[in-house]
Amino acid sequence: MASTAAVPFWRSAGMTYISYSNICANLVRNCLKEPYKSEAINREKVHFSISKWTDGKPEKPTIRSDSPEE
Amino acid sequence: MFRQVASRILTRPTTTYSAAAAIRRPFSTEVADTTSGDEAFVEAWKKVVPNIDPPKTPSQFMHPRPPTPSTLPTKLTVNFVLPYASELSQKEVDMVIVPATTGQMGILPGHVPTIAELKPGLLSVHEGNDIKKYFISSGFAFIHPNSYADILAVEAVPLDRVDPAQVQKGLNEFTQKLSSATTDSEKAEAQIGVDVHSALNFALTG
Repeated sequence: MASTAAVPFWRSAGMTYISYSNICANLVRNCLKEPYKSEAINREKVHFSISKWTDGKPEKPTIRSDSPEE
Repeated sequence: MFRQVASRILTRPTTTYSAAAAIRRPFSTEVADTTSGDEAFVEAWKKVVPNIDPPKTPSQFMHPRPPTPSTLPTKLTVNFVLPYASELSQKEVDMVIVPATTGQMGILPGHVPTIAELKPGLLSVHEGNDIKKYFISSGFAFIHPNSYADILAVEAVPLDRVDPAQVQKGLNEFTQKLSSATTDSEKAEAQIGVDVHSALNFALTG
């Protein structure tokens, strides 16, 4: 049964809904006035490390961080 | 709980275990301590451990879903949540207008149950003569049959926190990026930028 729903432009360009939603949220945050803008940006900072595991062993982790390294 | 144990001791007959479970009559002061959804668990528990009260399951700690009233309710109950805060929690209002992808949708009490995807736009909550407006970046609105509306947004800002100069600057920048974009994904990002900034502009001036 072929779906006849029109696909949104971002999905036909290969973007997922989550990416779309996050991009929209970031754009809105960038348009805020000063104290609110820095609060919003601070709130959304992330810091995490990801490593792929192969053969039961972790490979070198990639660290994604928005905070300055201490 | 001790009431239960005491009653069991008092009613424990001299016959076998399975007969005891079958013919035990509850005292009038006993209160049923399980909700309907957990009957299967309670039955299975009683077969294995008849002497101990079954533990409470997570669903017993949850508030039951508010029932769908038979007459049309006068107010809509709105839960408006963001990932980091709960803006409105069970607030009774007259009407909410949400920016659905299919256009501005007004939600009144007794609205047909709907799931709506929201686009960047203005959300307004109408309560008597007050109207509170928020600009939403994107999200979803769930309208339930019992006149509860759950609105989930990723970012929601009151309009007075938006900087019009930044909005104009962003709009120009993205319009320019859109015309100079080559790959599909660049075009998509530029288009998203144009959409969000023009929605912000419209919300500020409208």
